[in-house]
Amino acid sequence: MTALVDAAAVPGAAPRERRVWRRLRGDRAALAGLAIVAVMIVVALAAPLLTRLEGQDPTTFHSGLLDSARGGVPTGALGGISGEHWLGVEPGTGRDVFARVVHGARVSLGVAFGATVLEMLFGVVIGLGAGLGGGRADAVLSRLIELSLAFPPFLLALALMAIVPQSVPRPLLLAAVISLVSWGNVARVTRAQALSLRTREYVDAARLSGAGPARIAVREILPGLTTPLLVLAALKAPINMVQEAGLSFLGAGVRPPTPSWGQMLSSATTWFRTDPMYVLVPGGLLFLTLLAFTLFADGVRKAADPRWSARA
Amino acid sequence: MTWYLLRRLGAVVTVLLVLSAIVYALFYLTPGDPAVLACGRGCNAERLALTREKLGLAEPVYAQYWHFLEGLVAGRDYAAGPDVDHCAAPCLGYSFQSDQPVLQLITSRFPVSLSLAFGAEVVALLLGVSAGLLSALRQGRPEERLLTGVTLVGYATPVFLVGLLLLMVFCAYLQWLPFPAYVPLTENPGEWARNLILPWAALGLIQAAVFARITRAGALETLVEDHIRTFRAYGLRERQVIRRHALRGALTPLITITAVEVAQMMTASVLTETMFGLPGVGRLTVESVGSVDLPVVVGVTLLAGTAVVLSNAVADVLSAVADPRVKLI
Repeated sequence: MTALVDAAAVPGAAPRERRVWRRLRGDRAALAGLAIVAVMIVVALAAPLLTRLEGQDPTTFHSGLLDSARGGVPTGALGGISGEHWLGVEPGTGRDVFARVVHGARVSLGVAFGATVLEMLFGVVIGLGAGLGGGRADAVLSRLIELSLAFPPFLLALALMAIVPQSVPRPLLLAAVISLVSWGNVARVTRAQALSLRTREYVDAARLSGAGPARIAVREILPGLTTPLLVLAALKAPINMVQEAGLSFLGAGVRPPTPSWGQMLSSATTWFRTDPMYVLVPGGLLFLTLLAFTLFADGVRKAADPRWSARA
Repeated sequence: MTWYLLRRLGAVVTVLLVLSAIVYALFYLTPGDPAVLACGRGCNAERLALTREKLGLAEPVYAQYWHFLEGLVAGRDYAAGPDVDHCAAPCLGYSFQSDQPVLQLITSRFPVSLSLAFGAEVVALLLGVSAGLLSALRQGRPEERLLTGVTLVGYATPVFLVGLLLLMVFCAYLQWLPFPAYVPLTENPGEWARNLILPWAALGLIQAAVFARITRAGALETLVEDHIRTFRAYGLRERQVIRRHALRGALTPLITITAVEVAQMMTASVLTETMFGLPGVGRLTVESVGSVDLPVVVGVTLLAGTAVVLSNAVADVLSAVADPRVKLI
């Protein structure tokens, strides 16, 4: 009986995902976005390899390459670009910009993905609990969700980053804090979907055949949630990336010598007059990645819901 | 209607109470000792004990929180030995760093944030609404693709990056504008505006992208509705249909800007103020976070949360008033 019901549930879910994928394949902008994000991920993963290829590392000072008469600006054109330092050196310290940028990609992307995964996890667990628990559990969890949405997430993250001791690894902390302040939306969507799915016939059938609540949540409800949750994750990842960049920009995220794109832009604020390259390199990468991510996420959303409107 | 408003108010008060409890617990139960932080440099055992007494840290946490709430509603006294400081309601305590009342610190910074928000919203509404409307009306034409593209770029760019680029172009390269230094409006209106042009542009452009998306979606939804089709069928001119009827439907979503968007605006202004060195509430937040000035952090977080909760409630009520289809349950 159970096998029969499961088989009936799957055909309902699978064609939907295939349909989304087919529509997405026709969206050139979204595919270009996906390609750029993929390249960035490869760069981030291969960071140690790339820096070894260049022969530099992200933390060594090269004060010999700085013009002390001009306040520590790199000597040479375009922020000191040369065969040895592919994207020049950092003003003030002489650290290699290419090495910092590719290692920074690890932090920027790592925190964005880590926070998204954690956030989906919190949101789905709480949302499923509220949607399927019903009664008092739903009332309590729904209030909790509302409450989490009342906090201004960035401000709360900023404040939380300040009170945690510096000994905790910053990138991990960033992912945890960002997910902690922004799971509310995921929980709300999950709850709403779970509420509409739990009255479906195949769920009733599973219940009648003796499946327990945990089994129903995981085997019957969760598969029906994959598409909306994947769309939400795609939308959330770039938002989380902006959060990380913003926190690091304000000095509350990762701190030097650890690089991230936001941290590099933060130190670039004092050099924008004399060394524009130092703004343009991390800024351009951050912009390109966010744009690519947003294009991809927009495409996924359009593909999942053809009656798509620009409002979230 | 009255019943609905009362219930709504009750819900707001409950959320705010829980919010304050969580914020309070979060920041005063942290590993660091508040007395050490408050006592500051040149602290000795005697002064530390006095600070501890003054902050009432010997009491259990729930009693401390109760005093905090009391202070908010009725004001409170900070007594340490013979000298008593009275902090009038609504009392958010004193800054650990400057010993000034937190509320006074925040209100003294408020005009700066207001100046920034005012100009930025003007830029954002003008640009955002017209871009959104235009792209909805030119659906399927090259203009629409261009506008959607530009909007997406604005949507994806962090405000501090826009700010840095504006600084590089207008302040370092062209040298048309000074590096912003805040001049109060009451002191010199011309300089006030000249110094705020770049921050307004940065924050306004980012915000415009958000408004453009909302307006476009609202307009697209309205344009396919039955009553619009009826007006068209009656032979009303397209311009009249849009001006008299579609515009209203397109702009309703803007009134009901949601909590998420209010929070986004706050985030963007914190970053903008820090980027341009404007001494507003956002900068105060960043400074107090940097120096672990707990009363200020708690005060700002609480006020920001209150603003989000209240604007959400107001938006709900407004949307009920603006759109009769939304029921007041």
